Amino acid sequence: MTAMSPEKSKLQLDPVVEIEHLNVTFSSKRGHRVVAVEDASLTIGQGEFVSIAGPSGCGKSTMLKVVAGLTRATRGSVRLRGSEVTGPRQDIGYVFQRAALLEWRNVRANILLQAEMRGMDRARANRRADELIAMTGLAGFEKSLPHELSGGMQQRVSLCRALLHEPDVLLMDEPFGALDALTREKMNIELQRIWRETGTTVILVTHSVSEAIYLANRVVVMSPRPGRIQEIIDVPFGSNRDFGETLALPEFGDISARVRDLLGATHAED
Amino acid sequence: MQLASEAVNPAPGDDGVKAAAALAPRLKKQSRALGWLVDLWRPAVFVVILFAAWWAVTENGWVAPYILPSPGDTWNTMVENAAFLGAHTWVTTVETIIGFAIAVVIGELVAVMMIYSKTVEKTAYPLILFAQVIPKIAVAPLFVVWLGFGMEPKIVVAVLMAFFPIVVSGMAGLKSVDPEILELTSTMGASSIKTFLKVRLPASLPQLFSGLKVAATLAVTGAVVGEFVGANEGLGYVILQANGNIDTAMLFAALIIMSLMGVLLFALIQVAEWFLIPWHSSRRVTGSAATAG
Ligand SMILES: Nc1ncnc2c1ncn2[C@@H]1O[C@H](COP(=O)(O)OP(=O)(O)OP(=O)(O)O)[C@@H](O)[C@H]1O
Ligand SMILES: [Mg+2]
Repeated sequence: MTAMSPEKSKLQLDPVVEIEHLNVTFSSKRGHRVVAVEDASLTIGQGEFVSIAGPSGCGKSTMLKVVAGLTRATRGSVRLRGSEVTGPRQDIGYVFQRAALLEWRNVRANILLQAEMRGMDRARANRRADELIAMTGLAGFEKSLPHELSGGMQQRVSLCRALLHEPDVLLMDEPFGALDALTREKMNIELQRIWRETGTTVILVTHSVSEAIYLANRVVVMSPRPGRIQEIIDVPFGSNRDFGETLALPEFGDISARVRDLLGATHAED
Repeated sequence: MQLASEAVNPAPGDDGVKAAAALAPRLKKQSRALGWLVDLWRPAVFVVILFAAWWAVTENGWVAPYILPSPGDTWNTMVENAAFLGAHTWVTTVETIIGFAIAVVIGELVAVMMIYSKTVEKTAYPLILFAQVIPKIAVAPLFVVWLGFGMEPKIVVAVLMAFFPIVVSGMAGLKSVDPEILELTSTMGASSIKTFLKVRLPASLPQLFSGLKVAATLAVTGAVVGEFVGANEGLGYVILQANGNIDTAMLFAALIIMSLMGVLLFALIQVAEWFLIPWHSSRRVTGSAATAG
């Protein structure tokens, strides 16, 4: 049953996200039609980390939103843990490029919004919030309001909020795009560790090639107009990765060159 | 390989930020109240100059007392007629507050309905706009005919005056919510009531409050206009009577009380704003402090 599509054969684990021949077309009021995603197929296994890279406007965000059930598929299908995605899904955590925090809530209350909205058990939510706050180095800032935090800290709050209900799938849309290089590196290292510790399935959209490779088991490279999956590249490193060591590996250089090549080629077509 | 797991530490600058974050709320609370008082010195100076000029003009007899009473005469009139003025002020205050309260409730309800239903918005918005451009003074007599000489027509005019800014600011506030936050709450499986109470309504408060401040002063005007048209009590009635008797001292006394009422109502809303949305005003103060420094 899992031998249906070619890339599934590589997965030893149960599929969590199954995207099949996905097509998303937007039509504007003036009759313009934009094919945001065309014939994309991708299967992601339990606990896998997949990065999606590609030039601006190639449908990365759209694909992520379809998986979350925030945008409708025009054709094709998306299944999450075996069930068809038809509306907003609750078994996911979503992190946007901007932290999108409620400015009147302090760090802790922002994280607990997730629990309040879901009607989660209070004691459990509080315990989980404490864990996440400690894990992301936000301890001591629980009472701070968003505008008193740095961009990196805001993004960590947003990550905690997305992880509070222990979602099966974590969807991240350029979560570190607004951060400076150094903070971004730190966040990458933290995310790597969190992924390792939680075992969550992650889809990460990013413009940074090294971020994509450092974190992922597979890197999906997309090409624009229409947005297609151009190539899926395996990243053969173990799950416990040291940032400096990994980036210095010769294979890292090879994969990085390949991804850049693909991205460069799609840019040249523009 | 062990290094990665030790990278729990926050970014290097975080210690300084932590200290600042601990200190900030205290500093802000002080500077907010102080800042407000300090900021009052300019209007205070202006008012003093105005009173001095008023005093000089009347004291030197440059203007006849029946045209412009002296500050002293006005003050004496206020003191001598304290009970009389107090009773009429009370009437206007009640009309204003009831009118304002009704306008807040209806205005916010209409704003919420227009946000959640395009049909309601498309139907109601042009009507509200149309109602707004009709001069309220012109329709006030109609309300007296319909509702009599009691408080009711004055309250209706106050409601009509205050309603529009509340609807507009309420809607603008409700629309100001970050769409990504709404997408996020839809993945949290929250009911729309919960999303409204925990996200939309709080997010709308800063804009709503700026509308409320405008509405409060308009409600006072509305009540007085209602009294002009047909009343036997209230500050509007006092002003008309004083005008008829060419009792300018009484006229000025009523005018000053009326203005103070508007200022007081405005200040009350400002205080409510500090209590209800401290996150917003504190943010503004830090902003102005940053630009001032
Ligand atoms: N709601 C929408 N209505 C109409 N067109 C849309 C909508 N959302 C996206 N598009 C179009 O679909 C295409 C893909 O958009 P998408 O946001 O998925 O790109 P992206 O790969 O995430 O780009 P970026 O890297 O800049 O974020 C774009 O051409 C965009 O204009
Ligand atoms: Mg995008």
